[in-house]
Amino acid sequence: MLVELGHFALVLAMMMCAAQACFGLAGPALGKPHWQSVTFSAVAGQLLFVGLAATALIHAFISNDFSVLYVASNSNSALPTFYRVAAFWGAHEGSLLLWICVLCLWTVAVALRAHRLPPAFASRVLGVMGLVSFGFMLFTLATSNPFQRLVPGALDGRDLNPLLQDFALAVHPPILYAGYVGFTVGFAFACATLIEGRRGQEWARWMRPWTILSWAFLSCGIALGSWWAYYELGWGGYWFWDAVENASFMPWLLATALIHSLAVTDKRGLFKSWTLLLAIGTFSLSLLGTFLVRSGVLVSVHSFAADPARGVFILAFLVIVIGGALTLFAWRAPKLVSNAGFALLSRESMLLFNNILLVVATAVVFGGTLAPLIAETLGLGTLSVGPPYFAPSFMIPVLPLLTLLGLGIHARWRRGGLLHARQSLLIAAGAALLLAAAIGMGAYSSRSVLAWVGASLGLWLILSSLIDPIDRLRRKLSLPAAIMGMSIAHIGLGVFVLGVTLVETTTVERDVALRAGQGAQLAGYTFTYQGGESIAGPNYTGFRGHVLVTRGSKTVARLTPEKRSYWATGSVMTEAGISAGWNRDLFAALGEDVGAGAWSLRLQYRPLIRFIWFGALIMAIGGITTLFDRRYAPAVAPTTDTGTDVAAQRATP
Amino acid sequence: MTPRQRRMTLVAVILVGVTVAGTLALRAFRDNVMFYFDPTRVAAGEVQPGQRFRLGGMVEQGSLVRTPGTLEVNFIVTDFRHRVPVRYASVLPDLFKEGAGMVAHGRLDSGGTFIADEVLAKHDENYMPPEVTRSLEAGKAAAGSY
Repeated sequence: MLVELGHFALVLAMMMCAAQACFGLAGPALGKPHWQSVTFSAVAGQLLFVGLAATALIHAFISNDFSVLYVASNSNSALPTFYRVAAFWGAHEGSLLLWICVLCLWTVAVALRAHRLPPAFASRVLGVMGLVSFGFMLFTLATSNPFQRLVPGALDGRDLNPLLQDFALAVHPPILYAGYVGFTVGFAFACATLIEGRRGQEWARWMRPWTILSWAFLSCGIALGSWWAYYELGWGGYWFWDAVENASFMPWLLATALIHSLAVTDKRGLFKSWTLLLAIGTFSLSLLGTFLVRSGVLVSVHSFAADPARGVFILAFLVIVIGGALTLFAWRAPKLVSNAGFALLSRESMLLFNNILLVVATAVVFGGTLAPLIAETLGLGTLSVGPPYFAPSFMIPVLPLLTLLGLGIHARWRRGGLLHARQSLLIAAGAALLLAAAIGMGAYSSRSVLAWVGASLGLWLILSSLIDPIDRLRRKLSLPAAIMGMSIAHIGLGVFVLGVTLVETTTVERDVALRAGQGAQLAGYTFTYQGGESIAGPNYTGFRGHVLVTRGSKTVARLTPEKRSYWATGSVMTEAGISAGWNRDLFAALGEDVGAGAWSLRLQYRPLIRFIWFGALIMAIGGITTLFDRRYAPAVAPTTDTGTDVAAQRATP
Repeated sequence: MTPRQRRMTLVAVILVGVTVAGTLALRAFRDNVMFYFDPTRVAAGEVQPGQRFRLGGMVEQGSLVRTPGTLEVNFIVTDFRHRVPVRYASVLPDLFKEGAGMVAHGRLDSGGTFIADEVLAKHDENYMPPEVTRSLEAGKAAAGSY
């Protein structure tokens, strides 16, 4: 019964979104300010009904209601309760409902802050968000209803994919979606700006915190996914340039460009139409990502769902939303003029380079991700594009980007010049080069040039980002949250670059077959396989191996890799044994019993791999820090600027 | 420099940079893209000698042979029309088994054995890469018509 209520609540929520879109967009256009208040009621209604729908599905999972197809396919009575809740977003239908929930929460957040915006503008923003929500709810109800009944009901469920029975992956989708879906807010702001044909630049300041917050969520979400892939997929990779990973990475890259371009628009009123285009582009890539992941058009190790009807629906939605936004852009953007100039070495042109390089990087990923699809469509054969393409091509825009970044943050607005920071920059660059050599050759005895270049760049970013905060502290000047956040985020990027460089250049990996008591040498460590025993978990049985890691005569770690077999699905899973350290990870994964009493094992030594995820986390913290800057503090509620057309209508009642 | 010259310099720098980046990326793409072949196309000699490619098909029942106590495995990949022997000396993915689909990366040696350096794991036992499904269906259809 509750399940049918949930289904019905979702239908009502869709109606609420339709109302929100109609009244939100038509109110200001027809000059009926009282319609705008209906928009807020519709948002409240949406929250109520989406909440009901989500509760109904969670209840079905917790109470093991296997007469619901989605629950029967993705849960099992032996599944621990925590994972039963997480199974909510374990597959396609629930992921969409999660998307709807997250978008609903963003809508509510915008509505709660709407009093800081001109009423007509806020109303339009909510209207556009209502349209997007409506589209997604229609999609869910028409093609992927999570409330569909299974007649007759199943005795027990098929179980959640064992790969997803893990803490990081249980929290990964909500955080990732919070980022992904959050770009809808920026998109809605951009559309509202274009609809109103606003001449000013104040919209950039309104849009900035929303975009930065979404970006911070997305950074955490991607890092969590990478961490999960590292320890749960079982084979120690942290990034595969897989289509599904790229689907979340492309919006991240473009959003990074957007954040920087928004800074220029906010501060100097430049790049207005470019910024709006980036906002539209970022959201479009989020939608495209959904299309790629959910339609199953791409061969991917992550693709769980494959259904052409869904693909066609999302593609149509994509065309309507992006096509509509771009038409609006083509119509309105020529009105946005800015005629301020800037010098060649100014902050503006540095941020312009940042944008171009990030867009090129996005294009590199985009090309590689879509090439198989395009080749297939044109009948050029079935091809696949992997890390050998992505890794070197991605470095082409990124190496200059990182080099310029260290300089760019010291360039002044408008007039430009770097002379004021010349001395500090030279010291930072010299120190970075020397330290990188010391770390690369000294600590990790690596002779790779790439390791030296990468480590230098990482250290260069960290040191260069420290110059300004240290200088301010020494001169006892205030350190605004915006500057502190920027420095933290760039330090995070430096930490990340350092991690990726050392992992990529100095990782040692060996696949070996070992009998109990036999050992293998790896990067100065001895991994000894000591045999293992059978184990039983709540919903699986398996085998646990014991691997003793020693260095000289000292015991460094005891690793316990597992091989599990889940009852419900019969699928076999590898749980790696990992000894984590700030400066290195030791990793062992069990392959299989290869006969003659031996097991195959994959052994790895990965230096600084934790820096990759901590770097991403620091970046996100940096982004969130900037939100506390004074410029976003509540201003006096705007009373004069109620939107041009509304004011005009009011004058002639 | 006048503002106009400055702008032109900026545009020129950007154009050159983007062109260089594009060219390099395209080269990397051309050199590293991997094509997919099924056993029938391998048997037809469509693969260039020494070319690295993706081989897809089903692991033939009863063909998996291990050298006990080592990592080396040999098995046969089939699309029901033709068969390709495969040798692999690394850890096999969890979902690899006889009678199931698989994709491997590697090269053919002079004797026609596929030396795999990577065998792909699929996360879901119900999931088969679309190109492998197509090869197997075409193979079944052809085998049925004999």
